[in-house]
Amino acid sequence: MRDVAIIGVKTTKFGEMWDRSFRDIVVEAGVGALEDAMVYGESIDSIFVGNMSGGQFVEQEHIGALIADYSGLAGELHVPSTRVEAACASGGLALRQGILAVASGHNDIVVAAGVEKMTDVSSSSASTALAAAADREWEGMMGATFPGLYAMIARLHMHRYGTTSEQLAQVAVKNHENGSMNPIAQYRSKISVEQVLKSVMVADPLHIFDCSPITDGAAAVVLAPADVAHEYTDTPIYVKATAQASDTIALHDRRDLTTLDATVSAANRAYDMAGVGPKDIDVVEVHDCFTIAEICAIEDLGFAEKGQGGKFTEEGQTAIGGSIPINTSGGLKACGHPVGATGVKQAAEIVTQLRGEAGKRQVDGAEIGMTHNVGGSGATALVHILSRDR
Amino acid sequence: MSVPRFWRQQVQRYNLIGTHCESCNEYYYPPRNTCPFCRRGGELEPYKFKGDGEIVSYTIIHTAAEGFEHQTPYVLGIVKLDEGPRLTSQIVAEIDEVDIGTRVRPVFRKLGESGENGMIYYGTKFTPV
Ligand SMILES: [Zn+2]
Repeated sequence: MRDVAIIGVKTTKFGEMWDRSFRDIVVEAGVGALEDAMVYGESIDSIFVGNMSGGQFVEQEHIGALIADYSGLAGELHVPSTRVEAACASGGLALRQGILAVASGHNDIVVAAGVEKMTDVSSSSASTALAAAADREWEGMMGATFPGLYAMIARLHMHRYGTTSEQLAQVAVKNHENGSMNPIAQYRSKISVEQVLKSVMVADPLHIFDCSPITDGAAAVVLAPADVAHEYTDTPIYVKATAQASDTIALHDRRDLTTLDATVSAANRAYDMAGVGPKDIDVVEVHDCFTIAEICAIEDLGFAEKGQGGKFTEEGQTAIGGSIPINTSGGLKACGHPVGATGVKQAAEIVTQLRGEAGKRQVDGAEIGMTHNVGGSGATALVHILSRDR
Repeated sequence: MSVPRFWRQQVQRYNLIGTHCESCNEYYYPPRNTCPFCRRGGELEPYKFKGDGEIVSYTIIHTAAEGFEHQTPYVLGIVKLDEGPRLTSQIVAEIDEVDIGTRVRPVFRKLGESGENGMIYYGTKFTPV
């Protein structure tokens, strides 16, 4: 297998974009990433697009072809384009498919993109579309919602480890603080623990401010063989590991509700592949679709002991300047969570950090970064490790 | 939310019928066609659960899924049946009657309906013993 580098990145503004179309925002991300990499269309060997529910959100399927077309790469060049779906991990999976295509030697220059346009439908329709990522027959039909599933994880975590609502709220407060420094973030306002605790209860013990929002957005990265990456950019960022793991789709079938075994498995594979451990990671983007998800991720990725994620957050260790800055972009919570785009946006943020281009939210001297993208309540997990050094 | 037409055909939903693997002695609900432990080596037989169990975790849903709006707030739980398997179900109870570890038994209830004139569908909920 060949080494792979990321040579260009671009994330669109995240938020409610009623004046923009689905194809509009993907093309903005794709073209932006190509400009960043100084790559022209003729060089592109293939496209992978992460998208969860185009059919339900914008009544558009056949998204691979649509995006190749509107990027100007379908007619004449006929660049192959593949849509990849793994619920909220669709973006991370598109990235992985792109990396594998380059690593295998089958492709040289590959665009991995992710996109979701979620605000064109009512919020209850959006929730229904999202709920399809759980077990429709044995969770959804019983009245389960995604906040409800994560609320049950939170309840048991609190019961077993003494995690508090305040600690959960601190995840949101920290991510909003980071988001306030990110020009593309959906929410750029800071919030307080009190505001989180006073916000409307969605699924006890999770308040609305414990939940990531409904968001429109797209992101893209350009991948190249590491051997030629310097021909395109002075700051290639190298892919040290790509790992994916599955778990039961229904939360109730898990070995332990408070541990996402797919995350643990993907993280272990990624650490092995990169030859590093949790202590070597300088900056991480984790899948904080709900505040409890970040607490679990801190533990499952090995940054804190099982059960200590809440305390770890309370101590400020996950803030910029802490021992392991988590979600410098603002995370899914403040940056926004356009489900199919999230995994690619995470990689774009880590690349920006490793290049030293993150401005006010820059983590000093960041050399090795990680992304962690989850589908459903943990049935799919993707972990990538990126590095400034090859 | 549309309800698949096969819903009423599935007796397992009303009767808590799952499967038991004769090879490894594990019980499954919802029923499975392949034993996750023995895989192709498993020998699965239908099994009717006694229905007694306990609450592993729960939440009170305030913002409902589509089709469940009229029921809020409702208690949703993960129940561990005494034979081992766990399932997601609504808990019919006052909120202060529910806790982690609470013993429950099954009750047959309406789960919802698809639209105003749509099909009503039923299933198993649980209630504190
Ligand atoms: Zn078996």
